[in-house]
Amino acid sequence: MITFKMNGLEVQAEEGWTVFETAKFYGLEIPHLCYNSGLSVYGGCRLCLVEIGEGPKAKLVSSCTYSVEEGLVVHTDTKRVIEARRMMIELMLSTAPYSKKIQDLASKFGVTQLRFKPRNEECVYCGLCVRMCDEQMDARAIGFQNRGYKRKISTPFDIKSEECRLCGGCLYICPACSLRCQGPQADTDVCNACLTLDPSCLEYYDELQCWMYDAGRCGTCVREKNEKDKARP
Amino acid sequence: MQTENLKVQSFIARHNSEKRALIAILQDIQAEYNYLPQESLRIVSKSLGIPLIDVVGVATFYRAFSLKPRGKHLVTVCLGTACHVRGGPKILEEFERRLGVKTGETTLDNKFTLETVACLGCCAIGPVVVVDGNYHAHTTIRKVNTILKKYAKEETKNETH
Amino acid sequence: MRRIKKIKSLKELEAVIEKEIELRKSDTRAVLTVSAGTCGQARGSLKVIDSLKTAIKKGNLEHKVKIRVTGCHGFCEAEPNIIIHPHDLFYQKVDPKNGKDIIDQTILKNKVIDSLLFADPNTGEKAAQESEISFYKKQKRLVLGDNALIDPTDIFDYLSIGGYRSLLKVLETMTPEEVIPAVKKSGLRGRGGAGFPTGTKWEIARKVKGDIKYIICNADEGDPGAYMDRSLLEGNPHRVLEGMIIGAFAIGATEGYVYVRDEYPLAVKNITLAINQARKIGLLGKKILGTKLNFDIHIAKGAGAFVCGEETALIASIEGRVGEPRQRPPFPAIKGLWGKPTTINNVETWGNVPIIIQKGAEWYSQIGTDGSKGTKIFSLVGKINNTGLVEVPMGITLREIIFDIGGGIPGEKAFKAVQTGGPSGGCLPAEMLDLPIDYESLTKAGSIMGSGGMIVMDEKTCMVDVAKYFLNFLRDESCGKCVSCREGTQRMWEIVKDISEGYGKEGDLDLLEELAKIVKDASLCGLGQTASNPVLSTLRYFRDEYEAHIKEKRCPAGVCINLIRYVVIPEKCTGCLACKNACPQDAIRGVIRGVHLIEQNKCIKCGACLEACKFEAVETQREEAIRIVEGGTDK
Repeated sequence: MITFKMNGLEVQAEEGWTVFETAKFYGLEIPHLCYNSGLSVYGGCRLCLVEIGEGPKAKLVSSCTYSVEEGLVVHTDTKRVIEARRMMIELMLSTAPYSKKIQDLASKFGVTQLRFKPRNEECVYCGLCVRMCDEQMDARAIGFQNRGYKRKISTPFDIKSEECRLCGGCLYICPACSLRCQGPQADTDVCNACLTLDPSCLEYYDELQCWMYDAGRCGTCVREKNEKDKARP
Repeated sequence: MQTENLKVQSFIARHNSEKRALIAILQDIQAEYNYLPQESLRIVSKSLGIPLIDVVGVATFYRAFSLKPRGKHLVTVCLGTACHVRGGPKILEEFERRLGVKTGETTLDNKFTLETVACLGCCAIGPVVVVDGNYHAHTTIRKVNTILKKYAKEETKNETH
Repeated sequence: MRRIKKIKSLKELEAVIEKEIELRKSDTRAVLTVSAGTCGQARGSLKVIDSLKTAIKKGNLEHKVKIRVTGCHGFCEAEPNIIIHPHDLFYQKVDPKNGKDIIDQTILKNKVIDSLLFADPNTGEKAAQESEISFYKKQKRLVLGDNALIDPTDIFDYLSIGGYRSLLKVLETMTPEEVIPAVKKSGLRGRGGAGFPTGTKWEIARKVKGDIKYIICNADEGDPGAYMDRSLLEGNPHRVLEGMIIGAFAIGATEGYVYVRDEYPLAVKNITLAINQARKIGLLGKKILGTKLNFDIHIAKGAGAFVCGEETALIASIEGRVGEPRQRPPFPAIKGLWGKPTTINNVETWGNVPIIIQKGAEWYSQIGTDGSKGTKIFSLVGKINNTGLVEVPMGITLREIIFDIGGGIPGEKAFKAVQTGGPSGGCLPAEMLDLPIDYESLTKAGSIMGSGGMIVMDEKTCMVDVAKYFLNFLRDESCGKCVSCREGTQRMWEIVKDISEGYGKEGDLDLLEELAKIVKDASLCGLGQTASNPVLSTLRYFRDEYEAHIKEKRCPAGVCINLIRYVVIPEKCTGCLACKNACPQDAIRGVIRGVHLIEQNKCIKCGACLEACKFEAVETQREEAIRIVEGGTDK
C-alpha cells in the first residue's frame, strides 16, 4: 500500500495505481476526456491535470499517467489547475465547437467565451478512436499521422483500409461525434444527425459516407482534406 | 514491381529484419527512390510484422521522409534562426515566385522540389540554400535566378546529348 | 592512415600513445592545417587543399611540408582558414589561387602574405598569430581547441596529442566509485540545455540495478543556429567516444548509442569512422584493453524531428517509433531504452569528461561561476562580424562575447537583442549586455542557456517577426500529442501573425500572455513547457514594439510586409539603375542618373531593390494605406 496526500487528506493506493485511479476510488471526480477505463492511458487532453508537490517546484502533471508514489502531495483543484483546465477546454472548443461533450465541459467549468477563431472540425486528437481500434477491436485500421498542427487521424494513405471491419467502435467512443451517430438503426430512426450537422459529409462527397451504408469509404472521422484544410498553413 | 520488392527486401535484410530498425530501413528506401512508395511501406509492414498504420505513422511523422515523389532537383532553403535573421524568408519567397510552387511542392515538369529545413548548422555562411547536396553560401535574392538557371542549363545540356 | 593493430593491454596503450606523441614531435615538417568541416567545404576548402597539394607536388616539397585536413576550427567567418606551424600563422578566407603563393612565399621564403591576414572589423588592425586575433583572445578552448590539431578521420592523430590518456588513467588507477565523485566535484552540468548536474545523473544511473544499461550521446542538436555538436563530432569524434567509454565504465553500461540528426551527413560519417577505428584498435568491444569492461557503440540517425532532442522522444525514435515524449517519472535513468536504465548526455558534455579526468575536478571547478563550472561553447551567429563557435568560461558577459570576441554588429547598425537557447529560449535586450552568463542568470532573465545558440539581432530585426518565427517552428515541430502544446503553439502563432500583419487588436497581448503562461504550465514535455519563452521574453523586453504593430499599425524595424512600403530616397539616389534591374516585377521607373521611383501598385515587396542598392537609397517606410480585412487571419 502506498500512502500519500490528496487535497490535504491522507489516502492509500495499491502499487501501480495512478493518481487519477486513486481519486476515482475515493469518489473524487477529476475531469477527463481522453481517459477511458477500458483503454490504455494517453495523457493528451490535459484535462486531468493536478498539481504535484508544493512551493516553487510544484508542477502540473496529467493524473491519468502519473503513478502513485509514497509521500506524494497532490492538489486537484488549485487556481493554477483550474485556469489550465479552462484554457484546455477553450482550446478544444475552438477546434470543435459543435461537440456536445466539450460544450458540456465548457459550461461545467465556466468557459463562457471563445477567444480563438473556431475551426469547425470535430477531431480534438484525443486518440480514443485509435486506441479503441487497436486495443479493443484488434484492427489497427486508423492511427495518428503527421505531427504538430498538421496532425490527423486517418487510415493508411487515406483510402479504405483492409483492416477496417466497419465495427463503428471509433464512432462509438468519439467524444466529438458520440452524440450524433446513434447506432446501426439510423436508417429507420430519426437520427441522421450527421446529415444535419454542419459540415456533414455531403459537403465533401457526392454520397452519404456513413459506414452503415458501406459506400466504399470509412466514416466521417476519416476525411479527405477539404478546401478549408488546404488553405490552412 | 519485382525489382522494387527485391530491393526493399534487401534493405530490410541489411538491418536483420529488426522492428527497431524501421526508421533506418525507411531512410534506405527514401535514399533509393527519393520518396517512400506506398508499395514499399506495405512490404516493410508485412516483413517486419508492424501494422501498416504504424509504419505510415512513422513515415509521416519525420520530415526526412516524403510520401510523394520528389522532383529531379531538390532545393532546400535553410530557415534556421540565423538564416532567418539574415533574410532567409525573402529568398524562399523568391524561389516560390521563380518556380511557381509553394514550399513542399514540386514543379509541374517535375524538375524541382522546394523544401525548407530548420537548420543545417552552417550559420556562418547564411543564408544557405542546398541544391542536390551542394551548399550555396551567402545567397541573395538576386542569386536565386542564377542558381536556378544553372540547373536548368544542365537539364538542356543533358537533353541535347 | 596506417594499419590499425589491436591493443590488448593497458600497458600497450600507454606505449602506443607515447610512440605517437614522439612521432608527432619528431616530424619537423611545416604543417598546413586546413579547416574542412561542413561550412569550410561549402566555402571551398577542398579546392584550396587541392591547389596546395598541386603546388607541393610540383615543387617536390613533400619532405618539407605536409597538409593536415581538420574539422571546423570555430572561426567560421574566416573560412577557409589555414594555420601554419611552426610559423604560428593564421591565414583566413583562403582562395584556391592563393595556394601557390602560400607555398612559394610562406613555406619556402618564410614571408607573410599580408592580404590573407585577419583584419579587425572595427579597427582594421591586422593580426598574424591566432593568439592576437580578437576573436580568439577571450576564449578558453578546452573542448573545441583540439579540432585544429588533428585529422578527425585518423585515430593515430588523436593519440598523438595524448588522446585516450584519460581513459587509460581511469582504467589503470580509478574505480567507478572514484570517477563519479570526480565528475560531481567538477560541477559539470549537462550542456544540452537543461543543465542537470552530470555527476548526479551518473550516480543515480550507477545505483540502478541491471546487467544491461545504456548510455546515449544526444547529437540531435535541433536548435536552429546551434552547431557546436556538429563541429565536435566532425572535428574530434574520438574525444566524444573517450568520454562515453569513461561514462560507461563509471555507470556500468554495456551498450551505447550516438543519436545524430539526419541533417549532419559529415558528422555521421566521421563518428561512424571513429567508432570503427576504436573497435579495430580494441577500445570498444569485449574485455577492452584486457580489463573487465565490455562496451560497444552504435549509431542511430535522426529523421528530421526537433522533438527527438527530448530524452523520451529520442528513446522512442531509437526504438523505431514516432518521437512522442512521455511523462516522467519513470525517468530514463530508471526505465529508458527498451525499459532498461539509460543515461543520456549531450555531445559537449561527453566532450568535457576526458579533460576533467586528465586535469582533475579541482582544476575544472576553478573555471566558471559558483553554480556553473567549466566552459561552454556558443555559436555566435546572425548580425555579427566574427561569426563562429566561441568557447568561453562561464561567467563571461554577453557584452564581451558579442563585442570583444564577436567584433560587434556589421554595417554600423545598432545592437538590438541576442537570442539564446533556441526555440526554448528568449531574447535579451541591450540592458542585459552586462549579464554574466550562467545557467541561473539566463533563466532569471527570461531566457535559458539551451544548447548554446546565440543569435545576434540588430535594429533591422523585428521582434514580433522573431516571435512569429519561433512559434511557426514550434507548431510544426510539436509532436501533437497534448492539447496544450499542439493547440497552444498554433493559437499563439495565429495571434502573433495577426499582429504582424496589422490585424492586431486591443486585448491580443493579454490573451497571448495568458495562453503563453498556461502552455508553459500544462504541457507534457520540455518542448511545450518552454514554447512560450520566445513570446514571453519579447513581450517582457519589447512590448512597445508589439504595441506599435497593434495601435499604430507600424513595424519599427521595417520588416513586416503588410506594414511597410519600399521607397527610394531621392537625396541618396545616384540613378545607377541597380534597383531597377534587380526588380523582378519591373516596378521601378527611372533613367540613368535620374532619381528612381518605385511604383507601389506593382511592388510585391520582395526586397531585391534594397539588397541591390549600394548607396542605402532604398528604405522601408510605414505603409500609409492599410486595408484591414474584417476577421483577421482566415487560416
